[in-house]
Amino acid sequence: MSMNTQGRPTAPAAVSTPVIDTVSGSRGLLQREDLLFEIGTPETTGVDLPTPRGLKDRLGGVKRKADTGLAGLSEPQAVRHYMRLSQKNYAIDLGLFPLGSCTMKHNPRLNEKMARLPGFADIHPLQPQATVQGALELIDELATWLKTLTGMPSVAMSPKAGAHGELCGMLAIRQALIARGEGESRKRVLVPESAHGTNPATAVQCGFIVDEIKADKRGRVDMADLKSKLARTDDIAGIMLTNPNTCGLFETDIKDIADLIHAAGGYFYCDGANFNAIVGRVRPGDLGVDAMHINLHKTFSTPHGGGGPGSGPTVFSEALAPFAPVPFVIKDEDSFFRLVEQTEGAAKDSFGRMVAFHGQMGMFVRALTYMLSHGADGLKQVAEDAVLNANYIQARLKHVMTPAFEGFCMHEALFSDAFTADGIETIDIAKALIDEGYHPMTMYFPLVVHGAMLIEPTETESKAELDRFCDALESIARRAAQGDETLKGAPYLAPAKRLDETRAARKPVLKWTAPLPEQIAAE
Amino acid sequence: MTIYYTKDHEWIRVEGDTGTVGITSYAAGQLGDVVYVELPETGAKFARGDDFAVVESVKAASDVYAPVSGSVLEVNSALSEAPEKVNDAAEGDAWFVRVKLTDSGELSGLMDEAAYSAYCEGL
Repeated sequence: MSMNTQGRPTAPAAVSTPVIDTVSGSRGLLQREDLLFEIGTPETTGVDLPTPRGLKDRLGGVKRKADTGLAGLSEPQAVRHYMRLSQKNYAIDLGLFPLGSCTMKHNPRLNEKMARLPGFADIHPLQPQATVQGALELIDELATWLKTLTGMPSVAMSPKAGAHGELCGMLAIRQALIARGEGESRKRVLVPESAHGTNPATAVQCGFIVDEIKADKRGRVDMADLKSKLARTDDIAGIMLTNPNTCGLFETDIKDIADLIHAAGGYFYCDGANFNAIVGRVRPGDLGVDAMHINLHKTFSTPHGGGGPGSGPTVFSEALAPFAPVPFVIKDEDSFFRLVEQTEGAAKDSFGRMVAFHGQMGMFVRALTYMLSHGADGLKQVAEDAVLNANYIQARLKHVMTPAFEGFCMHEALFSDAFTADGIETIDIAKALIDEGYHPMTMYFPLVVHGAMLIEPTETESKAELDRFCDALESIARRAAQGDETLKGAPYLAPAKRLDETRAARKPVLKWTAPLPEQIAAE
Repeated sequence: MTIYYTKDHEWIRVEGDTGTVGITSYAAGQLGDVVYVELPETGAKFARGDDFAVVESVKAASDVYAPVSGSVLEVNSALSEAPEKVNDAAEGDAWFVRVKLTDSGELSGLMDEAAYSAYCEGL
């Protein structure tokens, strides 16, 4: 035989794992990464440019006198910096992302392929409309899908995020009240205490006064409290309600709520952040909703961190449709797709314009691709699977954690911290999840549940993946119930240890300053 | 001198027709580390139940409601610089405002210490 005499060991030796403090600060492939200012210095440069000659200084007295102080880095230094940071990121493409109220679902790669077609990707919003008929038709087609899925007659496509869509809806309500001559008298907007923080913020931004409605013991709107708030009706502008609500529960009284608000002369704004739980199954228009934003970047894939940016088209009822913003696409008699951009003619009652152009084209393409590739039956199954997955998590963990409310949930499972031993808090459980390789769930929200843990698995996850996640969380929950103090120090395996949020909030350091020479010498 | 409590976890220590107002230790504990306190102007007038201050922890921002109607005589501006006092001495040094009461009859709607303790235990 011919023999290879290198003798390189190819199996691990039987030694116990020592605690390794590396010299570099890196941990294997998880490299330690400093700030750009700590890597480079203002004295060095990554690019050699010739000194400009013959340039006339036209800046006069405003020309910089000092250096910019920016760190000079070579291209590989800069590339490695961002590559290393990106490897510390958590994304839906890496694993289950249980962030409640965020619908972090998989973003199909087909979406990306379609969004990159030159006819969509390489066009300019100021191009002549005759040269972008395909793009305008796509916006119109997507609008038709959104109107069909919500059972609403009108949609504004331009809002660029969920909260922007809320603003769109509330501005339309304000405009409708002004048109009725009640813009000054109807200022009160009812908002449940479990609402997303953006709801009251939007109402205040539009000049309304927020009146909070309590939740009942079932985690839903307290009807008695709602009726007491409606004892006076002549100042009611409307209600802002999320359905399913932020406790992951369907507001079973929603029809009665809508009727009460309408009888009081107000409008019903529905926060559509949780539309994923009911898409294809329930049409908000049938529930008496007057306006609702739809997060294309959640319900129809491309979650933030998975392809973003946001897009928040807002649907309107007959009552609010005339007040919707411009621009919108209409199809002329000769099948020409035209943008209505002025507040005249068909848009004479519009409250105006919210964005410079026509909305997030890339998101429109991705959302329509998602809809067409799923089909009507597929979208219905999305909602069913999302609800099934959340209920599976609730069922698997309810023996070790405390479900916030009795009964089935919708698309997210909500637990309180009642099961934890004294001294162990929700944040300790969330941080321990990082050591297990998961992004933490939404914590301390909604505010109506003490130490809330809100878990939304979405339909993306398989049973096997849900089981892996539940195994990890179950083990942490048992340690929390037993008062395992080591949880207070988690995460142990992350690039950064537990941060001092109190100090960061009380004494924020917003600017990097170079260490003084004596500090460097001391090190 | 008597101390009264509200269901929204404010306390008021009354001497004659003036009262010192703050939030309770229970509230401070529930809020977590307080990082910011927003106080009203001296001279500001409030009706009972109006929000007159904001206390912000890492977790959340909360309105503080006036336990009685009145006008602000003095604010504890030390809290702006050292919000952590609210966690250290919620019912002592970390008072928020001193007010001149409009109607001392409103005090009858508030709880005494024993009633407030029982109320908190029920939460």
